[in-house]
Amino acid sequence: MQEDKHVITMLVDNEPGVLSRVVGLFSGRGFNIESLCVAETVTPGISRITIVTKANPPVVEQIEKQLNKLINVIKVRDLTREASVMREMALICVRASPEHRAEILRIVDIFRCKVIDVGLEHYIIEVTGDEGKMTALLNLLRPMGIKKIARTGTIALLREPK
Amino acid sequence: MEMTGAQILMAVLKEEAVDTVFGFPGGAVIDIYDELVKTDIRHILVRHEQGAVHAADGYARASGKAGVCLVTSGPGATNTVTGVATAYMDSIPMVIITGQVPTHLIGNDAFQEVDIVGITRPCTKHNYLVKSVEDLARTMREAFFLARSGRPGPVLVDIPKDVANQTAVFKPQEEIKIKSYQPNYRPNMKQLKKIVGLVKEARRPLLFGGGGVILSGAAEAFTTFARQTQTPVTTTLMGLGAFPGSDPLWLGMIGMHGTYRANMSTGACDLLIAIGVRFDDRVTGKIETFARDAQIVHIDIDPTSIRKNVGVAIPVVGDCREALNELNRMIAADNQNRFEARHREWLEQIAAWKEQHRMAYDQGTETIKPQFVIDKLFELTQGKAIITTEVGQNQMWAAQFYHFDGPRQFITSGGLGTMGFGLPAAIGAKAAQPEHTVIDIAGDGSIQMNIQEMATAMQSCLPVKVLILNNGYLGMVRQWQELFYEKRYACTTMDHQPDFVKLAEAFGAVGLRATRPEEVIPVLEEGLACEVPVIMDFVVEKEESVYPMVPAGANITEMLLV
Repeated sequence: MQEDKHVITMLVDNEPGVLSRVVGLFSGRGFNIESLCVAETVTPGISRITIVTKANPPVVEQIEKQLNKLINVIKVRDLTREASVMREMALICVRASPEHRAEILRIVDIFRCKVIDVGLEHYIIEVTGDEGKMTALLNLLRPMGIKKIARTGTIALLREPK
Repeated sequence: MEMTGAQILMAVLKEEAVDTVFGFPGGAVIDIYDELVKTDIRHILVRHEQGAVHAADGYARASGKAGVCLVTSGPGATNTVTGVATAYMDSIPMVIITGQVPTHLIGNDAFQEVDIVGITRPCTKHNYLVKSVEDLARTMREAFFLARSGRPGPVLVDIPKDVANQTAVFKPQEEIKIKSYQPNYRPNMKQLKKIVGLVKEARRPLLFGGGGVILSGAAEAFTTFARQTQTPVTTTLMGLGAFPGSDPLWLGMIGMHGTYRANMSTGACDLLIAIGVRFDDRVTGKIETFARDAQIVHIDIDPTSIRKNVGVAIPVVGDCREALNELNRMIAADNQNRFEARHREWLEQIAAWKEQHRMAYDQGTETIKPQFVIDKLFELTQGKAIITTEVGQNQMWAAQFYHFDGPRQFITSGGLGTMGFGLPAAIGAKAAQPEHTVIDIAGDGSIQMNIQEMATAMQSCLPVKVLILNNGYLGMVRQWQELFYEKRYACTTMDHQPDFVKLAEAFGAVGLRATRPEEVIPVLEEGLACEVPVIMDFVVEKEESVYPMVPAGANITEMLLV
């Protein structure tokens, strides 16, 4: 059966151990995690976890149900086919030799990224966007030499009604 | 009122109507024990913490109430893990209270410290570490609420020693509401109407119940449904007793060691009404071909059970009893005779299967057949005893040859398959139902896993009976080795066994032995008449196997028969 990417977002009680309950559920049942983000919401005591997973339809159904079954999980939603916005962020440290410096800055400009650290041999670039943008940018920067990278994984929100 | 944590704990146990606690003291729970003995709650002192947790489990299964177990930190807590996992797999309501090192030492690798909340996270319904005495009462109430409601399960509460000592103001009885936990009891009526439609159309329906029928108190409604619609009934191991074993509509158990007619019916039915089951691999065999001609209707309180293993035509999330009561009400108007006429051919086919392969054994004159022992036990107890089991051949023969007429009569570790479960579970069941005869049907292998609990039975004056089917083998594994590993009996022979009669006597219990067929009935009669704990050692045919048998992963209708 076809495995598709799903972005699952959930509100959870902000208590010690909640993240390990969620992660333990995935590892214990053999579900896959491609990325995971967690941080507090504006409501005290409630956090949002966003997980990107790859699974076929029956497994996704199980993932949602199993998450809902956890006592500390308040609400679960699969945003994949919903009207939603999704972003991830990356900090990319790229080798910046004299012959590439201008080219890198042009790419940064085209992709509307920011250079947040400069050295004789490198730039650190901050970029936010969806997965497609990340891939495109990385493909362009790779020939210059990517020294280090830190990515956040996807966060997502349902769009409000217009 | 200002109270210590230990006093608050006792106050909540009283609120929750706890009358019995199974446990084993230690440094981290010494303050709790100091308060416990001041109450009228009965404490049953076990010999190993695994015994405590299985006994609390047996108590819960026999009574329908939440079982409670109290142990100390570190090894006390880790010794409960198998029992917690056992209860989790079978959805048994239990509250496990573990002591913990004082809060300021947590994380320091202190003496007898272990992260039991971390360890039991995947095998509890939920668990808590209580960090402040202010949270203790609410946490305990939540624990009982979670253990009993929805799909029941074990809940563990870890209480650091200083929390038991600190004081807080105790507020009696508060309503527990957890916003992220609202089990759906009420079934969807539209879905139920669709089920009624299918029931009326079906030519070859099969009613298939599991442990959920018993847990939700739905056995009566389940029986009514079957009789009203003249639908033949099978159950899982966990569902035995949900439908009277003496009823003509009863087919026997389904699954790897199910009856021929139950498994054949599953293969041939056109409507499978599954209630309170989870389609375990031991039940379905090869999942792709399971009930392939049938539309499957599935009612369960736990949404994750539905469509986990098999596709379902009509899923219903809700309480089994409420759903069955509604179905019965909708169908009551219909004519029972109409169902009878409609299902006649089907019932005749099932009767033919029954004739083809009965559950049978040949009791010769030389060695005792294990099935014969269970058969006679059933007769002599008139089917009224509470039976617990260990795991393996003893468990399967008990399920096949003791016919249960009511729920909570058969207590067995179904999901986890825990050897060593039966004796402590029998002790718990006897504590819950002292007026009933409680018998642990055991093998010579598994009884030795928790044999120390004989001392518990003696000290607590709980006269349970242990019936050992002694074949000198780890019989179920031996059977697999015989059938699928060319009789290479790798490490399944138990050449040295204790003398179980002397062992019983060493505990102060009664020990009896039968080695010949004609001794079986006298030994059973004497053992059943005993007013103290008794071990009956039946030396049985060494290489007897459990049949029918569906090889693991085979189609449910492809059975090895005797």
